[in-house]
Amino acid sequence: MEKSYIVKQISIFSENRPGRLAAVACALRDAGINIFAFSIAEADGFGVVRALVDRPDDAHRTLTDLGFRVSFTDVIGVKMRDEPGGLSDIASILGDAGINIEYAYAYSGKDGAVLILRVDQVEDAIRQILGRGGELLKASLSR
Amino acid sequence: MAPWNPRMEEMPPEELRRLQFKLVKSLVYRLYSFNDFYRRRMKEQEVHPDDIRTLEDVAKLPFMYKADLRDGYPDRIFSAEQNELVRYHVSSGTTGKPTVVGYTERDIENWSESLARGFSSCGLGRGDVIQVSYGYGLFTGGLGAHYGAERVGATVLPTSVGNTERQIELMQDLHVTAIACTPSYLLHMGEVAEKMGVSIRNDTDLRMGFLGAEPWSEQMRTRIEDWLGIRAYDIYGTSELSGPMFTECTEQQGIHVWGDLALVEIVDPATGEVLEAGEQGELTITMLQKEALPMIRYRIGDLTAVEEGACACGRTHPRIGRIRGRVDDMLIIRGINVFPSQVEHVLLEIPQVGRHFQIVVDRKGALDSMLVRVEVSEEAFSDKITELMVIKRAVEHRLRSSLNVSVDVELVEPGSLPRFEGKSKKVVDRRSL
Repeated sequence: MEKSYIVKQISIFSENRPGRLAAVACALRDAGINIFAFSIAEADGFGVVRALVDRPDDAHRTLTDLGFRVSFTDVIGVKMRDEPGGLSDIASILGDAGINIEYAYAYSGKDGAVLILRVDQVEDAIRQILGRGGELLKASLSR
Repeated sequence: MAPWNPRMEEMPPEELRRLQFKLVKSLVYRLYSFNDFYRRRMKEQEVHPDDIRTLEDVAKLPFMYKADLRDGYPDRIFSAEQNELVRYHVSSGTTGKPTVVGYTERDIENWSESLARGFSSCGLGRGDVIQVSYGYGLFTGGLGAHYGAERVGATVLPTSVGNTERQIELMQDLHVTAIACTPSYLLHMGEVAEKMGVSIRNDTDLRMGFLGAEPWSEQMRTRIEDWLGIRAYDIYGTSELSGPMFTECTEQQGIHVWGDLALVEIVDPATGEVLEAGEQGELTITMLQKEALPMIRYRIGDLTAVEEGACACGRTHPRIGRIRGRVDDMLIIRGINVFPSQVEHVLLEIPQVGRHFQIVVDRKGALDSMLVRVEVSEEAFSDKITELMVIKRAVEHRLRSSLNVSVDVELVEPGSLPRFEGKSKKVVDRRSL
């Protein structure tokens, strides 16, 4: 049951220099893959591009073939109220349950705002959010 | 400047050659008779001591390499008994096993004599205070300079390396007039001094430096001399020869290699053929009077040329020019020898990174910096920045403890480092000396 809410995010290792994001984005464009959320985390000289795409397996293959280091990460997408307090509702649920957020990023799409979360206990987080009346993205939206 | 040993230093060239021939002859006979290693080598080369009839016949003798010292670790090719030794020095072992050099009392005597001649040719003597900022210990630099300076009657301040602010205070308080250290350390000292509000040129008595243990150029000499208001002299040696042994004189026209102690040949690094004076090649030295660890035709690996003619200072011995580089791919980072193969060796033991790498050497301020770029392996890639940083730091730590030099590591994308067929070029050296 919880499994159906686990979304496969692709993570791409990238050097922190001009043109690298363009290379990733062009490859996905050429393969006809849609990105609906993404973020970049940067460190000392390198970064990690994290993206939710409509066809993660194809994206993984396409980028790997180009020589990128790519991995899958399990994340969840929580629908947020697009108004003050939306983020705090969700963060509080997880905080109360003792679940740690490793990182998060958000987007506001046509169906409303979504918070993408990587947490240390994925299935527990899903149960807690659903149990407290929260709404999650179905993993099936990215096939 | 007046010679320390005028009879020897100003010996007419022909007489010097006769002396060298006599020394080579007795060295070869001694080793052939009493040293298994050299006897075997000479037999393999089908040369007998009787075949050495002129000084040029030295070219018939077999070469000796660093690998011979390593294979003979620790003291299998020594030609003195342990109870005759008064000291050991040990190399850092950067390419594998360290090499051990033993010294008899007479070896230390000759080493000090060699440097005494060099130091006094630059005007160092009684009344001078010399700060020896080369490392003391297993490394030959500190103690070598120390004994040479004491021999000429200078007062030695054995500061060794590091604690730069204290070194500058002492330089002022004790009226230091000379320093022995690496050129880059002296530049670093100059910068630290300025931060302390001290001008080495105006606020100290420093007037000369014996700089070596790493390659440097005429431009760097000019910079040091103009900035610090001193005369900067090149000093040369390696632990296999004893340690730092030879310096320039005030003419600054090449390093005087005392012919009664060492016989210099410049050979073609590829063919081993002896080259003419003035031609660039690999420095090859025969130590004519060493007792504990003699050296016949030792290929040092440094590229240089022998300067022709007597020096304007009146000394007649051969001189070698500035070291132009290395035959192998050895790098010298802050005075420490580093081989790219060592970096490879360390990386092969770390599964989180691939085996391709690139070394970028630069000079930040006065000090060398070394960056190693590595590719993250597939298994190790995680989307967590913290885990990648842990890998980066672990690689830095492993490299630092193996090379004895601090290293920055940069994680790069797989396949982004140049691949080579045949001889690789893994080092980008951006230093301008």
